[in-house]
Amino acid sequence: MRPIANTRSAAGIPTGRLAVWWVVGSEIVIFGGLLVAYIMYRLSHPEWAGHAANTNVVAGGLNTLILLSSSLSAVLAHQAAERGDGPRAARLLGLTILGALGFLTVKSIEWTMEIQHGFTITANSFWSFYYTAAGIHGLHVIAGAIIMAIVARDAREGRELHRVELIGIYWHFVDLVWIFLFPLLYIAK
Amino acid sequence: MSEDGHDTSYVKVWMVLVGLLIVSIVGPMFEIQAVTLVTAFGVAVVKAFLVAKYFMHLTVQPRFVVYIVCGCLAMMVVFWAGVAPDVYKWEGVNWKKEHVIQEPAGDSHSDLLGDPADRHDRPRT
Repeated sequence: MRPIANTRSAAGIPTGRLAVWWVVGSEIVIFGGLLVAYIMYRLSHPEWAGHAANTNVVAGGLNTLILLSSSLSAVLAHQAAERGDGPRAARLLGLTILGALGFLTVKSIEWTMEIQHGFTITANSFWSFYYTAAGIHGLHVIAGAIIMAIVARDAREGRELHRVELIGIYWHFVDLVWIFLFPLLYIAK
Repeated sequence: MSEDGHDTSYVKVWMVLVGLLIVSIVGPMFEIQAVTLVTAFGVAVVKAFLVAKYFMHLTVQPRFVVYIVCGCLAMMVVFWAGVAPDVYKWEGVNWKKEHVIQEPAGDSHSDLLGDPADRHDRPRT
């Protein structure tokens, strides 16, 4: 069986890492388009400040803290993988998954309260943007957590340690998107 | 740098990020637009830079990786530049938004792009 190529001789970068950067690039266009559209609408609608005042800054801030902390555990997992310490990388990835679950838990509570107050996705354009942007981001959190669980399972046995870095790059990007979503959806009132 | 030194530097970056998060929450409480812009959005850019540089190690990737990222950001700007004139120019560019033009000034924005809850049912000509 031919081994799977994992390094591009011309590019000088592992194929997996190159692929993840392409994924990140395409995600920039997806989230960037959404955020730019939001900003254009927001500037045209001063009344959206009133709608944004109904978002929960404490929940948004807590989720930002959770994601920043999970990014720290992800980069430490990458560092452990580079040292060849698979079990430690797996444990740190487990911490990152916990962060993802914490984020989703806070988000679920927050959305439940908002929906109970009548702020549904069809309430008005602001809430449509809010649920669309945060929802797509949430799907990325779920996908990241699932992939991390698979990578952590292999890493625990010392296999495919290079994947720890790859899922880390993706996870940091998910964190990065939230860094911009937080002020746009929660702070700008 | 020692391995523990790497751990320490990552933790330091995280602490700076948490500090900036606090600034981005507290700053807008003063309700001064300039302060809000700087503390919320300016700080977000700084936080994004720190995450990209220190956690994603973007600056030590081959240069073409940076080109990929910047190219996709440029695509976003092109999309925005293509759409923005039609969004902001109420008399239209490639078409006329006649129902907007006929609205009294100040009410037209919310009618075109506004919230269904806020929108009035108006006949469109």
